[in-house]
Amino acid sequence: MVEKPQFSSYYGRAVVKAPPWGDEIAAYLFLGGLAGGSSLLSLGAQVTGSRTLQRNARLTALGAVGLGTVALVHDLGRPERFLYMLRTFKITSPMSVGSWVLTSFSTGAGVTAAVEVDRLTSQRLPLGPLRPVLYALEGPAEAQTALLAAPLCSYTGPLLSNTAVPTWNAARDELPFVFVSSAALAASGAALVSTPVRDTQPARALSALAAVGDVISMKLMKQRMHPAEAEPLQTGAPGTMLKWAERLAVGGAAGAVLLGRYRAPAVASGALMMGASALTRIGILRAGIASARDPRHTIEPQKARLQARQADGVVHDSITTAG
Amino acid sequence: MAECHPVGFQWVTEAKQRGARVIHVDPRFTRTSAVADRHIPLRAGSDIVLLGALINYVLTHGLWFKEYVRAYTNAATIISEDYQDPEDLNGLFSGYNPEDGSYDKSSWSYQAAGNKKKVGEPGAESEGDAAEPHEFGAGGPPLSHSNVIRDESLQDPRCVFQLLKRHYERYTPEMVERTCGISADDFAYLAESVTQNSGRERTTAFTYAVGWTQHAQGAQFIRTAAILQLLLGNMGRPGGGIIALRGHATIQGSTDIPTLFNLLPGYLPMPEAGQHDTLDEYLDTIRSKKQKGFWTNADAYTVSLLKAWWGDAAKKDNNFAYDYLPKLTGAHGTYQTVERMLRDELDGYFLIGQNPAVGSANGKMQRMGMSRLKWLVVRDFSLIESATWWKDGPEIESGELRSEDIETEVFFMPAANHTEKAGSFTQTQRLVQWRHQAVTPPDDAQSELHFFHELGKRIRERLADSQDWRDRPLLDLTWDYPTDEHGEPEAEAVLAEINGFHVTGPDKGEPLSTFNDMRSDGSTAGGCWIYTGIYAERVNQAARRKPGQEQDETAAEWAWAWPANRRLLYNRASADPQGRPWSERKKYVWWDAEQQRWTGKDVPDFPVDRAPDARPDPDAGGPEALAGDDPFIMQADGKGWLFAPHGMVDGPMPTHYEPPESPIDNPLYGQQSNPSRIRFPREDNLLAPSALQPGSEIYPHVFTTYRLTEHHTAGGMSRFLPYLAELQPEMFCEVSPEFAEEIGLEAYGWATIISPRSAIEARVFVTERMTSLTIAGRRVHQVGLPYHWGVGSEAVVEGDAANDLLGLSLDPNVHIQGSKAAQCAVRPGRRPRGPDLLRLVEDLRHQAGLTVETGNARLTVPWNASEGQPKGKKS
Amino acid sequence: MKSLTEDTRLSAEAYAERAGTRKAFFTDTSICIGCKACEVACKEWNRNPQDGNLEVLGSSYDNTGELGANTWRHVAFVEQDKDRIEKARESGRKLVNLGIPSVGPPSQGGPGPAGAGQNGTAPPDTAEFRWLMSSDVCKHCTHAGCLDVCPTGALFRTEYGTVKVQEDICNGCGTCVGGCPFGVIERRDEGIIRAKTERAQSQYAQEIPNPGTANKCTFCYDRLVDGQTPACAQTCPTTSIKFGDREDMVEQARQRVAELHKQGMTEARLYGANPNDGVGGTGSVFLLLDEPEVYGLPPDPRVPTKDLPRMYKQAVMAASGMIAAVGLSFVLGARR
Repeated sequence: MVEKPQFSSYYGRAVVKAPPWGDEIAAYLFLGGLAGGSSLLSLGAQVTGSRTLQRNARLTALGAVGLGTVALVHDLGRPERFLYMLRTFKITSPMSVGSWVLTSFSTGAGVTAAVEVDRLTSQRLPLGPLRPVLYALEGPAEAQTALLAAPLCSYTGPLLSNTAVPTWNAARDELPFVFVSSAALAASGAALVSTPVRDTQPARALSALAAVGDVISMKLMKQRMHPAEAEPLQTGAPGTMLKWAERLAVGGAAGAVLLGRYRAPAVASGALMMGASALTRIGILRAGIASARDPRHTIEPQKARLQARQADGVVHDSITTAG
Repeated sequence: MAECHPVGFQWVTEAKQRGARVIHVDPRFTRTSAVADRHIPLRAGSDIVLLGALINYVLTHGLWFKEYVRAYTNAATIISEDYQDPEDLNGLFSGYNPEDGSYDKSSWSYQAAGNKKKVGEPGAESEGDAAEPHEFGAGGPPLSHSNVIRDESLQDPRCVFQLLKRHYERYTPEMVERTCGISADDFAYLAESVTQNSGRERTTAFTYAVGWTQHAQGAQFIRTAAILQLLLGNMGRPGGGIIALRGHATIQGSTDIPTLFNLLPGYLPMPEAGQHDTLDEYLDTIRSKKQKGFWTNADAYTVSLLKAWWGDAAKKDNNFAYDYLPKLTGAHGTYQTVERMLRDELDGYFLIGQNPAVGSANGKMQRMGMSRLKWLVVRDFSLIESATWWKDGPEIESGELRSEDIETEVFFMPAANHTEKAGSFTQTQRLVQWRHQAVTPPDDAQSELHFFHELGKRIRERLADSQDWRDRPLLDLTWDYPTDEHGEPEAEAVLAEINGFHVTGPDKGEPLSTFNDMRSDGSTAGGCWIYTGIYAERVNQAARRKPGQEQDETAAEWAWAWPANRRLLYNRASADPQGRPWSERKKYVWWDAEQQRWTGKDVPDFPVDRAPDARPDPDAGGPEALAGDDPFIMQADGKGWLFAPHGMVDGPMPTHYEPPESPIDNPLYGQQSNPSRIRFPREDNLLAPSALQPGSEIYPHVFTTYRLTEHHTAGGMSRFLPYLAELQPEMFCEVSPEFAEEIGLEAYGWATIISPRSAIEARVFVTERMTSLTIAGRRVHQVGLPYHWGVGSEAVVEGDAANDLLGLSLDPNVHIQGSKAAQCAVRPGRRPRGPDLLRLVEDLRHQAGLTVETGNARLTVPWNASEGQPKGKKS
Repeated sequence: MKSLTEDTRLSAEAYAERAGTRKAFFTDTSICIGCKACEVACKEWNRNPQDGNLEVLGSSYDNTGELGANTWRHVAFVEQDKDRIEKARESGRKLVNLGIPSVGPPSQGGPGPAGAGQNGTAPPDTAEFRWLMSSDVCKHCTHAGCLDVCPTGALFRTEYGTVKVQEDICNGCGTCVGGCPFGVIERRDEGIIRAKTERAQSQYAQEIPNPGTANKCTFCYDRLVDGQTPACAQTCPTTSIKFGDREDMVEQARQRVAELHKQGMTEARLYGANPNDGVGGTGSVFLLLDEPEVYGLPPDPRVPTKDLPRMYKQAVMAASGMIAAVGLSFVLGARR
């Protein structure tokens, strides 16, 4: 029986630090997911010949990833050095992996969106001899974007979890699932807002799958954490946000499925789902930051797992030794 | 020591690694206590009781180092039969004069052999008169000869040993518990540690700083420790002694080549107008040719000094320009000078690297005093509070002063810091270390040498045509130092002058090698006899830097210690009367019978060829009269003085008095406080009533002041630096949890501390490091106050000054103020602003019924005028 | 699962003839006197800005608070009563009894042989009170979380085995801040306190170096390459901060803790000496006198990268799931 560890700290000061990520990062998480999900929708639309959906999704993808990238660059301490992200490729750094994913995705998204814009403007873009080149690249670009879309949505899981921030780190098994569900939710929401109901069936179906995935993975995530690690997700402002995120997700998805054939409810549901996704991202971000601030969230789970290991006879791996 | 001398503390850490035991006695638990083996908290100001009890413990249990005490101290010396002890006179010694608080010391003198004439009888000396304590140099008044009577069995009731025993008989562990608040267990631990660690094989050292000196009988605190160390045989022995922790801003150097009003270089006394109008009168007060030891050559030291200062103008026929020396007309200490300022008796003032607006006791008096000056020159790196008090000091806020009404013209002259000028620092162990200039000072900043040399040049230029005799001392000064291209005098040239050189003869111009080279006929010049040798052979000995790892533990080739590079004074005492080391483990200096010389790890502090069994005629006088077993070569009889017939103005043996402001009655005697202390009975220096006098409940708590590692003295060198200021940004007080609860103080909240002088505010640190003590049956709380903060607008951080709370009571021997034990009231919350602050202070004064007389009575025992002594004895 | 964290042997190959032995600190907090010379020396040498709001922080004599972008040495102060000391002694005894491997003879459970022998060292009766002091610093971990997650490659491992930021490459993304299990590295943002005087405008004003980038202890790399000692170790008066080859430092640490255990001070323990711990052992080894969290140190830190392979696996599965879900939606959606 492992005795309940007693908690002491250094004047209640934080043990670890959360990265200095603010609303811009929350915005990026949402926008990146939206972009990735939209890109997948556009692929499916292309395959099934749904031109409007394809066009809207591609434009959404580019718009979202463009805005998201701007937010990301702005958050840097030295924004003028944003290209340094591409100095190297480090597998140990989800941020590095993600930078490359983002860059590649954006390139592809840019090409496909340019094609859409050209089509929209009846080929009035000043492309000249490049037009054929552009259209020739459409296919590969689409493939590239499609390939990177899902990774774009899920790499942010390891990005947050591969830190010492207690709540994020504890969420490492489930967070990618939460994020891809949230991304799918946002993308279907955006589709419902932008696209006439004729073409939105897949989006409505996706809403349901996404909402279910979102709710279940969030629950599992919280359950599998140490209570001290789950607490920031359940209390305070982040807790409130995540509660509302769930409500909006369920409400929006229900609206999408049941009333999605009518324009107005479809738009409303779409907005709700996008809101849910945004709230999820902000909530998880802020919960992590809060979990770093109060040392209890770091110390209690660590002591518990150390004692559990020692009770199991694993005594060789403690950082504190008698000699 | 870790708190205030962290770099020096590395040696304590090293000693501890090798098994030394470290005991820390202090009212508060500091960073030293954190690494000491034991911390013993005591009530501030009660140290003589503790040390006296240790003396009593040693004598009662027979733990004194018998051979050492017999041979090397005056334990056996018989004292005059007129001597009376505080045990007889309810706290006073015989010879007290209640008119001026002085003692006629004739009854303290040694009984003389033969004709019963007391040794030290007034002849040429002036001790029959109430000689001012500042008139004598470090050796104190002389003995006219050293024909003493001794009882080697130490049984005679008039011998020093028995007097000592009797004097400290009531200083028991119970008295310690009652007066100091130290438990029996802690006392036993201390007593056993110290005695078990002393003797042939082991030695114990005491280290202290201003926790002992800054009391109205601070000098006697140290005397008590000296007696204890003599009894235990720890003086003049390696690993023993009493170490005064100096070193801040070369404080040791400031008494060696002094900035003290009553000393000339090398601890020669300043002459006094009316007493020492001729050179002969002056010399006669310092030394008698018939006493033993090296003070007998004071004439050579003095004349050499005069030759150094006035060169060719100092001739035999004008007594070597002795008349050019300024003479004292009383006590010119800093506090007396502030009084003169307040009486408009002073026109101008130079403040050199000092911040009295923050760092001197009774801060208000300091600032008000400066507001009466016509002009003030402040030399410092930053605009310290003593330069800006006129626009942002506390008196501006309270309305006591208005900037537009202050007539003082303040000149701020930027100063070079220690890396921008060459010079020497002298610290603990009398070690003189040279400092080289690393960079030139920026812009207008100047070193002291440059500033004063330049000032002197310009004044002399102005006076060049003067016919007034008064200007001759300035015009005849030797002032021709070589300067560099910036006008900075060469510091080594000054050092060479301090060292001294031959003025005439075959060695003309050559540096002196030792102070024994000095002559009184004008053929030598030397700025400070104790430093002679520092430039021997034209080598700057203070600049030597042979690493310690390449030398033995004495490290004689690192820098230079005065005198004559002796690292341990009185080291003759490290060998027994036959000249053999007391033990192999503690051998230091010993007699080499083959070579017929003293030899060892250090320069012997003794005539090098004086055999241990030499017994010259004591009437010979001077160093020649020192016997082979007289290790204390600066004492008139060559012995360590357990009983001091001269040298201390307030008693031949230390006795416990309560601080001038105290929470209890003196448990030992009817005489409450030091009857010889220097008092300043003034409206701006009111005292709280002591003990259980009416009104004492208004200021019921003890407060003590101290330092922190992060700051330096009055903050001029730390509060202006962001890296240091951020380490300890705010003024705070430290109180025990019990006290905090009683008063309602919140941890890290605010408190207002009020004394009869002023009131300040401070953040509150509630900590178990401050202990509340049970003293004489009462629960006494102590408030701890660091004193580094001052009110001003130029520093990175500012705060109220602890010195504003302190009043002035000075030790009569050395004029140091008591800053370590006083009384206060404490209230939660911040202090009132503006005139409301004055009202608060006045309110409490009124409640306590304070007048100028409160606490200022010299005597607190009834006096029998006809018999010239107190009536009866404390029952 | 094979660790993805940096293989530190590679640095030796990378540096070839410049490769040195791994350097480390051993901080013996039992002889720290809390003088903070290390904090000041570090700031002076590195020209770090003054930080904080110049107010009492409320943690005993510690007004610095924690390590961060502008403070690379931080002295902690903890005041403890007898109860707490007993507990620390007890938890230390437990550590010993757990049989955690150590070099040297095992110490006795209770107070050691009474030290009242020749040297007169006091036997450690439990004091009524103690004041712990400790100088914290970047751990320069064997497997460094900050280095692993740095996307630009600004953080690298030197030929001395230490971890350093190349301040001209870092773009201030802040990822490393979260990657450190000890909460050391931080991004240097604006908002530094300005002194009241005109110092900021004077010619002696100090420009704040490297704003917007991640900053932490460099292990005085610029001093090491000149064969000098890091500023903090150089200045520490009591040699509480010891510097040298890591092997030596760990050996000294083990000897010192054994010495203290022999004196009955079982509360003494090492932190970071174990090569099997969650970061592979640290380049700054500490001797502590209580649990790590008392000093603000994590009790069981683990470099996050150790679990990264698994995290990537989850991410791949999630991505696949997403693709499948989208695919399924088009199937379901196509029926209408």
